[in-house]
Formats: sequence, C-alpha cells, structure tokens
Amino acid sequence: MTGLLAIFIAIMRRDLRVAMRQRSDLLNPILFLLVVITLFPLGVGPGPDVLSRIAPGVIWVSAILSALLGLERIFRDDFRDGALEQMLLLPVAVEWSVLAKITVHWLLTALPLLVLAPLFALLLNLTPSAWGTLWVTLLLGTPVISCVGAIGVALTVSLNKGGALLSLLLLPLLIPLLIFATAAVEASATGLSPAGPLALMAAIMVLTVVLSPYAVHAALRVSVN
Amino acid sequence: MWRWLHPYAKPEATYRLNQKMLPWFAVPGIVVLAVATIWGLAFAPADYQQGDSYRIIFTHVPAAILSMGLYMTMATAALIALVWQIRTAEWAILAIAPVGAVFTFISLFTGAVWGQPMWGTWWVWDARLTSQLILLFLYLGVMALYAAFEDERTGAKAAGILALIGVVNIPIIHYSVYWWNTLHQQSTITKVITRFEKPSMAPEMLWPLLLNILGFALIAGTLVILRLNNQILQREVRRPWAQAILSGAIPASQAANTGAANTEERG
Amino acid sequence: MAQTPKGLLSAQNVASVRGERTLFSALNLQVNSGEIWQIQGPNGAGKSSLLRILAGLLPPQSGSVCFQGEAIEHNRSAYHQELLFLGHKAGVKPELTAIENLDFFASVQGHVQGRGLQEPPYELLANVGLVGLEDIPAQRLSAGQQRRIALARLWLSNAKLWILDEPFTSLDVHGIELLHERFQWQVARGGAIVMTSHQALNHLPIALQTLVLEYQH
Repeated sequence: MTGLLAIFIAIMRRDLRVAMRQRSDLLNPILFLLVVITLFPLGVGPGPDVLSRIAPGVIWVSAILSALLGLERIFRDDFRDGALEQMLLLPVAVEWSVLAKITVHWLLTALPLLVLAPLFALLLNLTPSAWGTLWVTLLLGTPVISCVGAIGVALTVSLNKGGALLSLLLLPLLIPLLIFATAAVEASATGLSPAGPLALMAAIMVLTVVLSPYAVHAALRVSVN
Repeated sequence: MWRWLHPYAKPEATYRLNQKMLPWFAVPGIVVLAVATIWGLAFAPADYQQGDSYRIIFTHVPAAILSMGLYMTMATAALIALVWQIRTAEWAILAIAPVGAVFTFISLFTGAVWGQPMWGTWWVWDARLTSQLILLFLYLGVMALYAAFEDERTGAKAAGILALIGVVNIPIIHYSVYWWNTLHQQSTITKVITRFEKPSMAPEMLWPLLLNILGFALIAGTLVILRLNNQILQREVRRPWAQAILSGAIPASQAANTGAANTEERG
Repeated sequence: MAQTPKGLLSAQNVASVRGERTLFSALNLQVNSGEIWQIQGPNGAGKSSLLRILAGLLPPQSGSVCFQGEAIEHNRSAYHQELLFLGHKAGVKPELTAIENLDFFASVQGHVQGRGLQEPPYELLANVGLVGLEDIPAQRLSAGQQRRIALARLWLSNAKLWILDEPFTSLDVHGIELLHERFQWQVARGGAIVMTSHQALNHLPIALQTLVLEYQH
C-alpha cells in the first residue's frame, strides 16, 4: 500500500513540476475561457435579461471547450518521450497511475475555473441565487470532463492529428453533463430545487471516476505498442 | 463460447457461413418488407387522432429499434475483438457501424418529419431525441476513429473501446421516455413484448408494425453480411481461397468443402 | 539473490505480427541468471517488438512469456518489480533536470518504497558523467547526455532483469566503457540483461549469448 501511495504521489509531483515549467500552457485555456465569455455579451447584446438567461449554458459550453483545448497534455508528451510506456511498466496497477494523472489534470484546469466561476457569473449577470448551484455543477462536472477526456486522449494519443477527432469523440459524451448542469442552474435561478439534476451529476461523477481508469488503461494498451 | 466461436475466427469460415446465410436474410427480408410496407401504408386503418400521418411509424419505429440493436451487435463484436483478438470481429465493427448510422439517421429524419405535424416542430431537445442524436455521433465517432489509424488493427481496437464505452447510451435512450417527462411518446412495443400487457394499439396497426420490424431486421442483417463479406475479401485478397472465389474458379456457395486445406492460423 | 533453476525469463513459441507481416514466429528464448543476451538482426526484423513483448508491453500474437516460471500477464506487478526496461525513448522528461528525473525514477522503483533521492546523489551523477549539469533541464542537454540520464537508472536499479533497446546509442567511448562496467556488475550479482545493439560487443568482458532475427518477407 505504501508503494502504491508513493507512486501516486511521485507521479503527481513530477507532473505538477512539469506543468509549472510550462506555465503558458496552463494559462492559455483560462484566458481562452475568459475571452469566449466576453464575446457573448458582444454577440447577443448586453441586455441583462438575455445574458442572465443564457449564462449557465454559455459558462458550461465555454468550460467544456476550454477543457478540450489543453486536454491532450494528459498523455501526449508522455507518449512522445516514453514516460507513458514506463508508466505501464510500474509495479502497481496502471489504473492508479492513470488516476494520478487525471487528478493532476483536474487540479490544473478545474481549480482555476472554480476560482473564477463567480467572476463569470458576475460578467454574465447570472441570478445571484444560482451562483452556488453553478459552482456545485462545476465542482461535480469538471472531474467528469477530466476522466472522459482522459479516455479520449488515451484512444487518440498515437495519432499525429488527433485534435479534431478528439473533439468529435468527446463532445457527444459530454452532452448529458451539459444538459444536467444547465438544468440545475436554471432551476435554482427560477427558485426551484436543483437537487434532481445535481444528484444525477454526482452519480455520473462517481461512476466515471471509478470506471474511467479501467477504460484508459485498455485504451493505452492499444495506443502504446 | 470459445469452442463455438473459434472456427469463425478464420475469415474464410466466416465468409462461407455468411454466403450460406445471405439468401435466408435477403429474400425473406425483401418480401417481408414489401408486404409490411404495403399493409401499413395502404390497408392499416387510419389513427383516430393522428390521421394518416401516423403511418410513418412503420418506418420510424423499426429504424429506431434496429439502430440500437445494431449498436449492441457492434459492441458485442468489439468485445469479442478485444478479448479474443479475432480479426473477423474487428471487421464486423466496421461492417456494422455505417449500417447502424444510416438506421439512426432514418429514425431521426422520420421522427422530424413526424414531429412537424404532431408537435408543430421539426426538432425538440428532449431526452429521447438528444440521446438518439448522441447515438448517431457515436457511430460516426467509431467510424472516424477506425479510419484515423494507419495500422488497421490498432484502429479496430481503439474503435472497439469507444463502441463499448458508448453502450452506456443505449439504456439512456430506451428509458429516457420513462425517466424524463418527454414530448416523445412512450414505447408501445416494449409493453407487448416484455410485459405481455394488452397492446394499447389496435391489432390491425400492431401486426404490420411488428412485420416491418422483422423486415428491417432482415434487411439490416443482409446489409451487414454483404459488408462483412466485402471486408473479408478485401483484406484477404492475396490469400489463395479468396483468389479462387474472385476468379470465379469455385462458386462461392459450393466452395465450403474445399477450403479446409489452406487453413491459416491467426487470431 | 535466489537463483531459480528454471532461469529468469523464458519465451515459448512466441510470434509477432505487425500489420500484415509476420516478424517472427515459433521463437524460443531462455534467459538465465548471469547471462547477457544480444538480439541481432537487420532493421525491421522485429528486435524492438521482441523486447516489448518480453517486457509485457506488447501482447504476442501467440505463445507466452514466463518470468521465473510464471506467465507475465498473471503476475504483472511482481514481474515489473524485477524489470528495468529502457526503450528508444526512455521516459526522461525534457522539462525536468537530471536530478528531478532521477528523483522520480528512484521513488517509483518498487524497492525504494517511497523514498526519493535523499540528497543529490553526486556519486550517481559522477558515475554517468553528469556532474555540473544537474540543474539544467534535460531538453537543453545533448542527446548523449540525455541518454546518460536514462542510463543512470541502471545505477539506481537492483532489478534482476534489464531489457535495453540500443543502450549504446549516442554514447561516447567513455560512456560505453561505463556501461560495460555496469553490465559486469549486474551479471556478477546474478542478474541478466537482454538488449539489442548494432555494435559488435567485442570488448565486453563477459560471454555473450546471441539471438539472430532474420528479416521475413
């Protein structure tokens, strides 16, 4: 067990260190998100009613798109420099190493999003009663993006031009997330209880976090050979 | 399972089995579909609410059922391909995907055409329609992923994993009309088949519908068999047995007994 | 270290197929403690594929690979505990320094159980000739220096089996000598090495077993 934990921590430490050496890669998706969100008021007009109605959808769609932007980093560099095959050769279940990498990706992409979410809600004039719900949907939904994204990247990592294909594979799988998240935020914006969709999102999150490492492992075995 | 499957791991054996089964799918398929369509369009009574426009059900429902059935078949092939590394199962994924995608598209298209007079709109983002649209994307994703790899076996395995992950969508499609308050009506057929309930549909409408489903299934089988056999011939074109069939030396239907000599250990 | 009579690693009747081409089939190999095996053959004969099959990265088309008498897919983690595999790309992160890379390898290698490098192991860096370069990201080092970072793992490892794909690539004469010494150490303590190399290993002070793969059309 100690070996398992040690390897989990070692992978996280190394990946965080590598990420800190490439800070621009970390900042770009967040800046992209900010720019996309400022584009909407310009595009649909700055009327507060319109904005507050589309706010949940806009924030969520932008969050998914910006997540796709940096997603390939989960495995692509490791695939190129051989760290991925070394990961498959570690003397622990590969699923744990995969989970460590997913955790790092979540920390690097979702934490800034969670910190900035109130700002986005403010910019898009989201009803204040829905702010909390928006934050909870992001908290529950972003691990799903990281997990499902890891499966997609693992499937396409050996392709030279996997980018567009990756979006084609992942966006459909993320549609349910989008539907439940926006349903929850809209419910609490209109004074209804968001419990139903939030419970579903929590269930989806638990399932994907538990099951996706197995799918990622299977996909990596196909890609690394 | 393995003992039963193993002979068909050889592409040649699968090809011959397919050739034998083909007429049993194609001929009844065309006859049944023709009878059922004419029955449904011309002789079945009009609906007391929906008038004649309900008749699109005879295409819509079979296409939707088959789109899911084909997906499960494809996922089964993917599982066999991944677990037992059987090449014919890998090709089956590619043989089934486009057929399934077309059936999914037909169900979406007929649904839209039906929705226009009934609901007053071509498209609503309700759970049934959205999950069926995701099914179409999944089919397209499987095909795109398969095509993206240089090494065809790697592509087949990657596509297979995606197909298996996509299976979670199937129960969502099926139960979406019960779990959410959708605009889409609930299933009439499932009640009859799985719960032996009294059909809420007049028998004069139900029979042509069931017959149409059978016809669609047979046609789907025919298309898949044809595509799979094309795949097999294409991949095995350099092998002697395929050469013999392609050059017309042995009629494919009779060649079943002669092929045992040039067996090839693979998979 | 206990010596098993069956030998360390054995491959029975292994075949590999890439795309439509059979690289090799019905291949048997038995690696015993204290042996160095060199896999030879022209480009495309399947040397790397064989090493990857032996390491458990690539499933063989048919046949099986056993480590100490047990199929490797059944005791994967015990096998990888005793295995050091260095492929063409050895997993050196270009953004990290030599020390940071080695620190990672040290903490994930099963034996060290959670302890990374306690302090910069100058001895280790001296062994592979990287003293003075320890704080420079690997991507700014030369190819040979990067290779040395990867090979430094041989000094960290007490795995019984080393599988090395072209270990001498881009090393200078001095580096090759260092590597020979380390090979000797591994063999003397009862370990084994399987490697590919285009170079003739005449200077190696130990008897060499060779396996030649032919190019199959």
